[in-house]
Amino acid sequence: MSAITLTVNSRSHTLDVDLTTPLLYVLSDDLELRGPKFGCGLAQCGACTVIAGGRAIRSCVTPVGTMDAADIITLEGLGTAEKPHPIQRAFIDEQATQCGFCLSGVILTAKALLDENPKATDKQMRQAMSTVLCRCFAHVRMLRAIKRYAREAGV
Amino acid sequence: MRKRPAAADPPTLTTDALAALNRSGLSRRDFVKGAGVLIVGFSVARASRILASGPAAAQNLGVSGDQLDSWIAIGDDGRVTAYTGKCELGQGLYTAQTQLIAEELAVPFDHVTLIQCDTALTPDQGTTSGSQSHPANFNTSNLAQAGATAREALLRLAAERLQVPVEQLTVEDGVISVRTDPSRSVGYGALVGGKKFSLQLDSGAKRKHPSEWRVLGKAVPRSEIPALVAGRFEFVHNVRVPGMLHGRVVRPPVVGATLVSVDERSVGDLPGLVKVVVKNDFVGVVAEKPWQAIQAARKLACKWSSGVGLPSHGDFHEQLRHQSPTRDTLVVDSKDVDETLARAASVVSATYRYPYQMHGSVGSSCAVADVQGRKATIWSATQAVHPLRQTAAMILGVSPQEVRIIFKMGSGCYGFNGADTVSYDAALLSQAVGRAVRVQLTRRDEMAWENYGYAYVIDQRVGVDTQRRILAWDHEAWYPTLGSRPRSGTPGNVVTGFLAGFKPAVFTPRMPAPDPRGAYSNRSNAAPSYVAGCVGGRCGGTGTVKSERVLTHNARSPFFTGPLRSPSRLQNTFAHESVMDEVAAQVGADPVAFRLDHLSDARLIEVLKAVAQKANWDTRPSPRQGIARSGVATGRGIACVLYEGDNGYCALATQVEVDQDTGAVAVKRLVAGLDCGPISNPDGLRNQIEGGTLQGMSRALLEEVTWDEEKVTSVDWQTYASLPLGFEVPEMETILINRAEVEAMGAGETTITLAAAAIGNAIFDATGARIREVPFTRERVKEALASRAAQSSGG
Ligand code: FES
Ligand code: FES
Repeated sequence: MSAITLTVNSRSHTLDVDLTTPLLYVLSDDLELRGPKFGCGLAQCGACTVIAGGRAIRSCVTPVGTMDAADIITLEGLGTAEKPHPIQRAFIDEQATQCGFCLSGVILTAKALLDENPKATDKQMRQAMSTVLCRCFAHVRMLRAIKRYAREAGV
Repeated sequence: MRKRPAAADPPTLTTDALAALNRSGLSRRDFVKGAGVLIVGFSVARASRILASGPAAAQNLGVSGDQLDSWIAIGDDGRVTAYTGKCELGQGLYTAQTQLIAEELAVPFDHVTLIQCDTALTPDQGTTSGSQSHPANFNTSNLAQAGATAREALLRLAAERLQVPVEQLTVEDGVISVRTDPSRSVGYGALVGGKKFSLQLDSGAKRKHPSEWRVLGKAVPRSEIPALVAGRFEFVHNVRVPGMLHGRVVRPPVVGATLVSVDERSVGDLPGLVKVVVKNDFVGVVAEKPWQAIQAARKLACKWSSGVGLPSHGDFHEQLRHQSPTRDTLVVDSKDVDETLARAASVVSATYRYPYQMHGSVGSSCAVADVQGRKATIWSATQAVHPLRQTAAMILGVSPQEVRIIFKMGSGCYGFNGADTVSYDAALLSQAVGRAVRVQLTRRDEMAWENYGYAYVIDQRVGVDTQRRILAWDHEAWYPTLGSRPRSGTPGNVVTGFLAGFKPAVFTPRMPAPDPRGAYSNRSNAAPSYVAGCVGGRCGGTGTVKSERVLTHNARSPFFTGPLRSPSRLQNTFAHESVMDEVAAQVGADPVAFRLDHLSDARLIEVLKAVAQKANWDTRPSPRQGIARSGVATGRGIACVLYEGDNGYCALATQVEVDQDTGAVAVKRLVAGLDCGPISNPDGLRNQIEGGTLQGMSRALLEEVTWDEEKVTSVDWQTYASLPLGFEVPEMETILINRAEVEAMGAGETTITLAAAAIGNAIFDATGARIREVPFTRERVKEALASRAAQSSGG
């Protein structure tokens, strides 16, 4: 066990953890955050996605020990149910979810891409989403919500 | 002869329900002392039984106090609290039920609080599954009738208060006013005042006519979505109990292996390890932290016996066909099928194959259990809280009364996923350490041991005359099963129960199948839409073909199986709707016109026509003329069915592009149509149809459980494929046919049933190649394309 300081959603936390622990467990169990979720633990589905250093990363395979300098943003770091971030707003407006378990992967992967490249093409978006899974297959609405956000954030 | 609501005795509810009432919104203090409340208590089981026997019996609905297990309560602040035994699974049911109560009570949507699925609080409405959830609460007596009972009682109270006959009153948003003089009005809250009213369900209370709906029938946004997208929603995965530990299970390495020994020293030095738990072949570890539990589970040295061996994957379907003994069922048998086929002008015979498929929830299954002595509380994403209470008690060796199951939403389940098995895992581990334990399965443990959707092999023989009319239809199918939902007494139906020493449900062979009896039922869609479905002289099918035989053989499965969205219905419909297309092609008929020629059911005909029209159906026989033998070919396909024979009329048109060089299939457009009676929430319904249809597409194109000689080899998303967010999503349109006058039917499992057939038919239209095995992988498509070439050059 070693001490580490993590910055998550603009708050800093000093924790005593095994540094090989994947970031996901620290976020969801030590910090009790509800956004990032365990789906596969294999970097194959996206459920554990967080944004670190502006990039969407998979917290299930990222040792917490590598994260002490990073600025980590989870789904709850974007906005709240009452004051959602525009991309979250777009998902509410489009009712773009069923069970919602996959949303960290869907929303944060899209957001990271659009933050980096607001004019990302459909093809680039598909590429970014190529290993993000939604088994409820709410794809139609989710993609519509992402487009809406891209449009509205662009203006 | 309506009784006045009695403003007297406190309501006589069951202890559980009373406790719940006290715990929820209406605090014990409010309830017992000061504040007033109007409660409609009712017993779900009893009420529906009595209602089924008619209004006369319902007059005597003198349910004695100790039988009331559910209620709707209106406080003197006008707010409504209600119980439901049907829980949210991501399908919008929480919102739909809230709409229902708001509607019948005539209160604003946001004045209703719904308490879901908790064995200590909610009525036993069995399992939330099979597209039956809406019908259960819409058509039977419980929630809706209780709402109507309360509204009518309040109207009578208002009539007394305002000194006008009930007929002259109108009610809106919880305020009752005189029709001709709206200034004379009184709110529900004021009517309840400081008094307590205890009512029993009144089966005569009049439900609102759909034409009067103000909340139902509207696209009310789902209540949970803001919390979901903000990452604030509490899934079962997020349940945290003080002092909670983390568990992991260690499953056998191969199917059928039994535990020989466990060497606890192998994990002796691991930090945080609390205990290694063994019960028969069930093995697990408990640790302080999740990562510690994961490492302990990986490191624990277990010796297992060798497995039982598995049938070869390559010719599994052929072996299935020859299994014995089987449990045989005749859905319908006109006893003249062989003769009729013998004199038919031509007979199309084809065999269709369907693989085992997974539920494959994105989140692996998770549960939290707190077992203290003989008392247990389990937070579970089960679809069946009351049955789970029974079987968890068996697993733990305690009485069911001591077990409480609290439903918390999990990752979407699409049928029976790992939610029950992981509930047993958590319970066993918690019992062993006497503290709360959370268990989430690994991806591999989820996928290698879940209760798969059934594999199928289906033979079709369809005879036609010279006038392009189908004369006879013969259906024979084989499918393997093992285990399933544990219901109330078979925890061995899932892997954990089995490992812990329980047996799966007994398999009772039955050969030959007895003659069909009673009324025609097509619950599994084993009978095609085009047969008349005649049993005992009464016909219940949706088609015209009178010479009909539908025979199924249920065999034993080497893997656990269980209902997966549209169980059996999808597999059977794939065969029927594909062969219907083959027959149409054989006689040179347009696939839609040929279907219409053999349908008798007006609603199925209407939805099929509506979809064809919306899809700009190009009326002509399949395949297209002048197909080039390479490059990209495009085609259109159609399929339709009355889901479960009585639970949702649907049709689906597809447009596909087939790359004949690579075998890749791209679905470009989907037009889905559904008639499931009155629509409670059109947007929620569209969401269900879109998701279901795309899921059907993923299952049709990619999904298949694979195995080697001893174990399942589909253990992650690389070995079990699912269409990701990044695939080219087809253009998707939905047509909803709203019918206010009829009973509500299911929705969630309808159009998924049609996807494989409609896509396969479009591939045939595009290329002239027929694919009779799901999934339509590139290899299979290329094989079919190649055999097409061989046929035409040979012919
Ligand atoms: S849980 Fe991290 S990618 Fe699946
Ligand atoms: S909404 Fe359920 S997995 Fe995406």
